[in-house]
Amino acid sequence: MNHKNILKDYFWVILFAIFIIGSLSLSFDPGQKIYANFSQFFLEMITFLPLMFLLVGLFDVWTPKEKIEKHIGHESGIGGTLWVILLATLQAGPLYGAFPVAYMLSHKGASVRNIFIYLGVFSAMKIPMLTFEIGFLGLKFTLLRTLFTLPIFIIIGIIMEKYVGRDFKVRSGTGR
Amino acid sequence: MQILIFISVVCLILSLAVDQRKTFEGIKRGAGMFMNLLPALLTVLILVSVFLYLVPDKTIIKLLGAKSGVIGVAIAAAVGSIALIPAFIAFPLAKILLVKGVSYTVVAVFITTLIMVGVLTLPIEFKYFGKKAAIMRNVLSFFGAIIVGLLIGLFL
Repeated sequence: MNHKNILKDYFWVILFAIFIIGSLSLSFDPGQKIYANFSQFFLEMITFLPLMFLLVGLFDVWTPKEKIEKHIGHESGIGGTLWVILLATLQAGPLYGAFPVAYMLSHKGASVRNIFIYLGVFSAMKIPMLTFEIGFLGLKFTLLRTLFTLPIFIIIGIIMEKYVGRDFKVRSGTGR
Repeated sequence: MQILIFISVVCLILSLAVDQRKTFEGIKRGAGMFMNLLPALLTVLILVSVFLYLVPDKTIIKLLGAKSGVIGVAIAAAVGSIALIPAFIAFPLAKILLVKGVSYTVVAVFITTLIMVGVLTLPIEFKYFGKKAAIMRNVLSFFGAIIVGLLIGLFL
């Protein structure tokens, strides 16, 4: 990556940094509040995402493609779907943390349907999030939401597979 | 979080014990993917920080509390889709809405769209899935979220 690319990639970040430094030194209230929000999200991200990528990297070198393909690939059927649902419910964190995992699963031969089911279940049915939801909105609300959501995600997975085709591959996130 | 740290440490130690060279290769790949994602991720975090400043909790409560019926559901779906609010803020917020007398349908649509649709994270999603698949996934999730929200409203 050359300097021009770094400047282009981090354009908004650099602009934001200048804005925040200016706001903090001039005690500009909106800037200070935005900075407080940002540091909270940044802390949340920086504590969990590097670990997530460490696991994805290790997963990449250790798991043979044939195994993944066999369990959650195109021929895996309902059993494969159950596997990705289980995997997704056991995770935590914001949805963008699931994208690199989706890339890895796709790269290792998971079916398109299962990738999108994984993303859906990750977004809406993570167990750590569900316990939190039960605490605030009650068991009945959480159970109903989970029960209605799961079939929807399976349908979305099937539609997505039809829409993008069975050969669709998730990219590595470089976008280039 | 503690579980994630624990699992990571255990996996790392196991991996190092079996094959150091392979382990470093894995770490290198993971770090490379992380560095690639970082600029897009920071940009989204900036967007979210500015968004939450412009639209604080109070505004969301006001927006969702004011109307019920079809308009209330539409506002809830719009706010839920665009907003990127972490779960630890969203659920207490939803509880406040319910206590204030906002209907279960509106609260459920807000929560389900919030969880399932991410307009602000689309730039990251594009990098992994391409525009076509990312937009379609969000559109389908949007309608799915509204169906789930309405169903919950029927039962509660």
